[in-house]
Amino acid sequence: MLYALLCYHDEDFVGSWSKEQDAAVMAKLAVVQENLAKQGRLGPVARLLPTTAATTLRKGDPPLVIDGPYAETKEQLLGFYLVDCKNLDEAVEVARELGAANPGGAYEIRPVGMFAPGGAFK
Amino acid sequence: MTDTAWIDAALTSARPQAVGALLRYFRDLDTAEEAFQNASLRALKSWPQNGPPRDPAGWLIMVGRNAAIDDLRRTRRQEPLPEDDAMSDLDDAEEQIAERLDGSHYRDDILRLLFICCHPELPATQQIALALRVVSGLTVKQIARAFLVSDAAMEQRITRAKARVAQASVPFETPGAVERSERLLAVAAMIYLIFNEGYSASGESADIRRPLSEEAIRLARLLLRLFPGEPEIMGLAALLLLQHARSAARFDAVGVLILLEDQDRSLWNQPMIAEGLALIDKAMRHHRSGPYQIQAAIAALHAQAARPEQTDWTQIDLLYGALEVVQPSPVVTLNRAVAVSKARGAQAALDMIEPLAARLSNYFYFFGVRGALLMQLDRFEEARIAFDRAIALANSSTEAAHIRMQLDRLKRDGAANTGH
Repeated sequence: MLYALLCYHDEDFVGSWSKEQDAAVMAKLAVVQENLAKQGRLGPVARLLPTTAATTLRKGDPPLVIDGPYAETKEQLLGFYLVDCKNLDEAVEVARELGAANPGGAYEIRPVGMFAPGGAFK
Repeated sequence: MTDTAWIDAALTSARPQAVGALLRYFRDLDTAEEAFQNASLRALKSWPQNGPPRDPAGWLIMVGRNAAIDDLRRTRRQEPLPEDDAMSDLDDAEEQIAERLDGSHYRDDILRLLFICCHPELPATQQIALALRVVSGLTVKQIARAFLVSDAAMEQRITRAKARVAQASVPFETPGAVERSERLLAVAAMIYLIFNEGYSASGESADIRRPLSEEAIRLARLLLRLFPGEPEIMGLAALLLLQHARSAARFDAVGVLILLEDQDRSLWNQPMIAEGLALIDKAMRHHRSGPYQIQAAIAALHAQAARPEQTDWTQIDLLYGALEVVQPSPVVTLNRAVAVSKARGAQAALDMIEPLAARLSNYFYFFGVRGALLMQLDRFEEARIAFDRAIALANSSTEAAHIRMQLDRLKRDGAANTGH
């Protein structure tokens, strides 16, 4: 079974780390990640940019593009896509296409700050 | 992380909202700050045992408010004549507490708190000091250090600023749309001032003052979270991030400023650049341009050039042209001239800045640019005169040192030229 681990933390707090503090945390995480990678158990790892960089597409008719993260609590996170886009316009376009295929709910569009593709699973 | 580090972090991030709400109840900055201080002390006692409350800001507002009301009642008992005015105000506050704690108005509380710091009668230095003390919660000692003044001098500066703010009538009603956007722009300008206090420092003070730039970025992000649909606030945050991303590359080992084209670009902070680019990308979708967005777009073009010669100077020239329209200033034109010299040559740039001579006759940077352009055009004697004038106008030893380097180059080139 594949498991997705979704990372939650206070972005103000993490954002206040100095470059050195940030690097120290990333180095500690890298040890755990390498261990998993050696066992062929690590897939992609991504670090998202802060929620201030987020845009949300509300899948209605017509779909509504809203600045900021997805703020509702009455819906649940059901899945995610990683899409390579030239800019936010393209990303919004992809979200619209997906939304037309599966109406209802919303897509939060968050630029990815750091991405490690990971290896194939054993 | 130590046991209490998470409490400090929670208090810092809850502070603007909590002090903003307390200010609304008590309509007095000192009372609001004291109430927050009291609540923080109680948090330090209670949170380690009971764990963090679900809504730290709400907890601090409630506890701070009760503590301050207790204090006021105690004081009142000691006074022979109770102040009826103060009482009725507090009763109002109590009735409305439930409505206020739901958080629906807290963005106006925070905006108001920031806005009173940018009172037009306060000089820029006082605005910044007040905001760092009241909104960011830095200690007087920390702020004094950043401004390279004594604790006593900073204490006095903040006290004066508070006295002025107290005299001014602070608007407490919920602002309308126009007023809100005016406040937002005033606050944005103040945040940019805070940033520049850190960014414009050089030499030894650069390290000491860098936290000011970081605090400005934190405030810009806070503002953006409160007003996520404002393209100029996105632009402001992007501008600060893109400029700050270069900080590790901006000074050499002895603290001399390194010009953009000479910087080691591998030292630029890529995550910060990525965030800045994402924000400007987001802002441009609104098609409501403004000075921060344009400046951020210029910074973005620099950030995207892996090597100086890859810089899109033509686009930068156009963006400065747009900035001249929305924010006309000889300094903007001067900056544009630098882009023009790269895109269209030194003569075109020189033609552009000559009309500015009268208005910028005491501006260091004008003569620095003029000298560099004249040098490129092999007009060495005129270049030397311009550089000499620049040195006379330099605001710091760093600026003077930079022009001396140009003069050395001039002597070399000039000698080589006459040798032919």
